[in-house]
Amino acid sequence: MHTFGQVFQWLTDPAHWSGSDGIPVRVLQHVEISAVALVAAALLAIPIGLLVGHKHRGAFVAVSIANVGRSVPSFAILSIAFLIFLGVAPSFAFGFGPTVTALFLLAVPPILTNTYVGVQAVDPDMVEAARGMGMAEPDVLRRLEVPLAAPLIMAGLRTSAVTVVATATLAALIGGGGLGRYIVDGFHTADTVKVVSGAVLVAVLAVATELLFAAIEKAATPRTVSASAARH
Amino acid sequence: MMAAASLLGTVGISGWQWIVGHRSEVWSRFLEHVELTVIAVVVGFLISFPLAVWAHRNRRAYAPITWVAGLLYTIPSLALFVILIPITGLTVLTAEIGLVSYTLLILIRNVVAGLSAVPEDVKEAARGMGYTDGELLWHVELPLALPAIIAGVRIATVSTIGLVTVAALIGKGGLGQFILEGLQIFFKAEILLGTVLSVAFALAADGVLLLAERALTPWARGRTIRVRQIEPPRKAGVPAV
Repeated sequence: MHTFGQVFQWLTDPAHWSGSDGIPVRVLQHVEISAVALVAAALLAIPIGLLVGHKHRGAFVAVSIANVGRSVPSFAILSIAFLIFLGVAPSFAFGFGPTVTALFLLAVPPILTNTYVGVQAVDPDMVEAARGMGMAEPDVLRRLEVPLAAPLIMAGLRTSAVTVVATATLAALIGGGGLGRYIVDGFHTADTVKVVSGAVLVAVLAVATELLFAAIEKAATPRTVSASAARH
Repeated sequence: MMAAASLLGTVGISGWQWIVGHRSEVWSRFLEHVELTVIAVVVGFLISFPLAVWAHRNRRAYAPITWVAGLLYTIPSLALFVILIPITGLTVLTAEIGLVSYTLLILIRNVVAGLSAVPEDVKEAARGMGYTDGELLWHVELPLALPAIIAGVRIATVSTIGLVTVAALIGKGGLGQFILEGLQIFFKAEILLGTVLSVAFALAADGVLLLAERALTPWARGRTIRVRQIEPPRKAGVPAV
């Protein structure tokens, strides 16, 4: 128990809040790695999910990707990305490249399935009505299906964001930055206080990410519902 | 796939020799992986099930229960394992507390979703026939909620198998131990061995649970398709992922 008192001291020590190994720098690195991976995954997964959901085709593939994605441990994805970089581009094997690749691969399945399920679940009668009113296919997607699917798409982004922030911790194992550095470096020097401090910071960042995305999700929901209601 | 194939090619003869030479270690780590997973899912279910039934009966309890379970689910596994070290040390208990914490949200959500989806008129009919609350739960609600409950157990099992590999960092990682060691000495054969076996285990466990669901719910066979055709598609809700 007395370790936790030391952890509190560690976290509030001004020396740990400055320099290249300081908490602000590590948090920024962590957020940067996570954000790049999440944005890249969203740019790929949302358009594909929208297309598959709109055409009602390829559902099997989308669901399979999600299932396989869940069964491959995040730790294994990171290790394999590292190995591939080591074989193909050894000079980029440590840190950013393989980490972002692995996080990107982890972030795609939840966004893809949620987007697909959200669009696919839109009432077919409403889609028919929209077509009957003379809406072109892109308009059906943009003005009807996307707003109605928005809460689910946001939920997918939220799941991915939390997973990505959590897994970015493992980047330190392959020489990357971020908050995982404290955990891995602390382990190597048998500095339990540093290890636990790093873990506390990671936990706080993950919970903050969850709350941020939950707020975005909430903000997206009523507006979409009222907007779609007003249109009809 | 190309990358995977070329990777497998680079395992090389020395890699295969290493694997063959470490057969008994592969087996014991696999067993450790199975053990860690089974304990986590069983204990997780024993905790989740009563909480879910309570939350189902008592709607006010649902929000706080899922809030706490959600918080535990959000804390990264590695962080949770590490935070527990000063309390429970580098032990199986530390690994299990972390692993069980992760199953709770998945299981509670799915059990509650399954129980809530039982049609009101079915319950009304059962009550009319003189079923008590307990009988209603065991003989009507549970059987009908079984597919949703098993779906939750499947997700929890597959997630746990993946998370066990992370517990390698505190020395209790089953097959994840191979991944960690391989990463530390840049030994591809070991990383691939750990990955391939844990993925295979996850897929096999998922398949076994799917078969169990089919065997336990013979009445659902073929019917789901008809029901889906008749019923209008459900309103978009957050899926139990």
